[in-house]
Amino acid sequence: MTTWLFRRLIQALFVILAMTVIVFLGVNVIGDPVEILISPDADQAERARAIIALGLDKPLWQQYLIFLQGALHGDLGRSFVFNEPALRLIGQRMPATMELAVTAVLLSIVLGIPLGLYAGLYPDSILGRSAMAGSILGFSLPTFWVGLMFIMVFAVELGWLPSTGRGATAAFLGVQWSFLTRDGLAHMAMPALNLSLGNIALVLRLTRAGVRENLPMDYVRFARAKGLSPARVVFVHVMKNILIPIVTVIGLEFGSTIAFSVVTESVFAWPGMGKLIIDSINVLDRPVIVAYLMMIVFLFIVINLIVDLLYTALDPRVRLESRQ
Amino acid sequence: MIFDLRAAGCAASVLASVLASLTGAPAMAQTLSLAVSAPVTSIDPHYHTLSPNQSLDAQIFDPLVDMDATAHPVPALAESWKLVDSQTWEFHLRTTNFHNGAPFTAEDVAFTLDRVPRVLNSPGSFSIYTKAVTGVEIVDPHTIRLRTSGVYPLLPIDLTQVSMLSRSIGANPLTEDFNSGKNAIGTGPFKFVAYKPGDRIELDRNDAYWGAKPAWEHVNYRIISNDAARTSALLAGDVSLIDAVPTSDYVKLSKEPKVTLAQIVGLRLIFLWLDHQRDVSPFVEGPNGEKLDHNPLKDLRVRQALSFAINRPAIVSQVMEDSAIPSGQFLPKGSYSYVPDLAAPPYDPARARKLLAEAGYPKGFRITLHGSNDRYVNDAKIIQAVGQMWTRIGVQTKVEALPWASYVGHASKLEYSAFQFGWGTSTGEASNPLRALTATYDAAKGLGTVNRGRYSNPALDQLIDKALVTADDGARETLLQQATRMAMDDVAIIPLHQQKNIWAMRKGLSYTARADEQTRAIDIRPVK
Repeated sequence: MTTWLFRRLIQALFVILAMTVIVFLGVNVIGDPVEILISPDADQAERARAIIALGLDKPLWQQYLIFLQGALHGDLGRSFVFNEPALRLIGQRMPATMELAVTAVLLSIVLGIPLGLYAGLYPDSILGRSAMAGSILGFSLPTFWVGLMFIMVFAVELGWLPSTGRGATAAFLGVQWSFLTRDGLAHMAMPALNLSLGNIALVLRLTRAGVRENLPMDYVRFARAKGLSPARVVFVHVMKNILIPIVTVIGLEFGSTIAFSVVTESVFAWPGMGKLIIDSINVLDRPVIVAYLMMIVFLFIVINLIVDLLYTALDPRVRLESRQ
Repeated sequence: MIFDLRAAGCAASVLASVLASLTGAPAMAQTLSLAVSAPVTSIDPHYHTLSPNQSLDAQIFDPLVDMDATAHPVPALAESWKLVDSQTWEFHLRTTNFHNGAPFTAEDVAFTLDRVPRVLNSPGSFSIYTKAVTGVEIVDPHTIRLRTSGVYPLLPIDLTQVSMLSRSIGANPLTEDFNSGKNAIGTGPFKFVAYKPGDRIELDRNDAYWGAKPAWEHVNYRIISNDAARTSALLAGDVSLIDAVPTSDYVKLSKEPKVTLAQIVGLRLIFLWLDHQRDVSPFVEGPNGEKLDHNPLKDLRVRQALSFAINRPAIVSQVMEDSAIPSGQFLPKGSYSYVPDLAAPPYDPARARKLLAEAGYPKGFRITLHGSNDRYVNDAKIIQAVGQMWTRIGVQTKVEALPWASYVGHASKLEYSAFQFGWGTSTGEASNPLRALTATYDAAKGLGTVNRGRYSNPALDQLIDKALVTADDGARETLLQQATRMAMDDVAIIPLHQQKNIWAMRKGLSYTARADEQTRAIDIRPVK
């Protein structure tokens, strides 16, 4: 277990390192940040000053070494645009994205699994059929369009919910959260649902497929024959067998919901990390891009680690050591 | 967006009922929520010469001299100014206080001018607006003299960009301390309350403001970058005013009885660059794709032909949905140094073909027209339209649009032959585009700074030089008009159109539309 964890961490370190190199090269290939940031009114002397101020006068390898040196001391550089440490910027935006992503994933579990179970157990029922039909819409409609529809219907026409923004926040553990206030929850409802639609559909279909696949199996028949209650058969025996793919998918979806919620965030003007990264890419704010991607890689590694640990809890046959 | 919705099959009545449900007045009369499209990146008014930041600064801070809605200089913290000798400007300062109660004096002006060039890590320093000042002399607490090396008539206009800080915030103020609010202390109509990056800036009225009293006790200055979301927020009543109304919504909103629009022809010109410098231009080929040993764009007749080939009114009505006007010069009508009888070049394809033949290109040539696709309003569509028009006169045009982040670097490295740009004349007078765009590139003199076509005309340079040291406003205006005409007659650039700046607001409000694109809460007022 410890060696396994250790190996995983070493691997992670190399992935992050490789990623920083790619981003450094990539941003350099795309364009010149100074061209984008500098005032059009600036003269040639001011342009030269800005290049030096941002440390872009040095050769790329030297810039990279300076970055590495800083990174070893926990400093991932200062944003060109905001003049604040990149990590602090990301930290400021992270709670907004996190609460949205967690809510979206919770919704996908709370709605997706029961609906999937139902559709699997009673495939010919009206609810089962409509859940399946609805799920097709869930992952085939573009998030962008659905978001706008939500706004048009619930905010503009019915006036039930606020159209955009984050609303009032309250402090918890020194961080501002929306889910603690009524106004914040109202602001969160549409973006969270919008973000979770695809996930709900995915979880629903996976659950249904698993149930359909497992029901005719011998162990289910045996359990029934043994006289176990239907509830125990479904919720203990079947569930345990179908949860592995579901946990994997939820884990990965959680990662991508955090990392790539940019569409939802921009439609709902939600001040999260997704908007930050897109804005940063548009102006080639390299320190923020690098720090953000490092954090996302780290996040995916942690999520995968947790998923692997959950496997062992769900299925005693899975041994972490055997994965070496 | 509204149009898209209908096209998407949504009941056509949705919009009607939506707009019918809008109430006449904003919910809380004392709180104003507005939404702007471009993110504010810092509260420090001297950190980055970025127009969204400067637009926010205008709520909190004041410059010595301000720009009115049509970009003419008007008194702000300086009540008056004059040249006392050819190299010295004297400013008489207003008696007022900063938000923290500290009085505004000449010491604060000196403090600000000293701080501007020393802001750490600035990606675009405001020192470009203060560098002309070579000496500061405080005559008395309300009089300050600024010396320049040589005659510099543009100093008051340069200073419109520089927000005054209070020396009471202490020496060497840090940018971070502005974002937290500690240093965000100005003399402006609103006081800083909170900055939520990427979301909003909260402001409270400054009851001791020296100018007209703002109509709003609290202001939520929100950032909603997505066009459709911004329009929806207005329709839903979450915000009472939005800026940068997208062209796709412009026509619908302008017909809507429950929404009011405010608009003005702005200072931003959309134009095309041509390669004036190289003898062989990289994206120009002969009519059959063969290499050319010369650059047709260096021939005035070819440049004129390319300009006459463009149907500007068609671009304005079809692509821009009438949210622009065709233009033949740098500035809109009514600006200082606007040339009254210099109209947009007429659409005349026959003449264009004739000029091409005279220049020795009866069969035309091939060219690639480059541009951005995410920077200016409808930028990619505009160059597609121009490409078709050029092809019609025999100049077979390939159109290539790139994201701005990538495009601007290539353009500055002079990699293109013909390409689109925009220019917002921050000073509201023609010396600014003349020296930046059309003067000969000269790093030592700071001229031709963004002359990406490398146009060079010694006669024009002389006129610009002369205008820059002519203190008399009337004489300088004449020189600038002559220079503008000379640059346009020689087709230094191909002007296309001037964008309109458009704001949409709920019925019951009015806004004084500004040529410089700034959204100022103090200019938003309930209709009496």
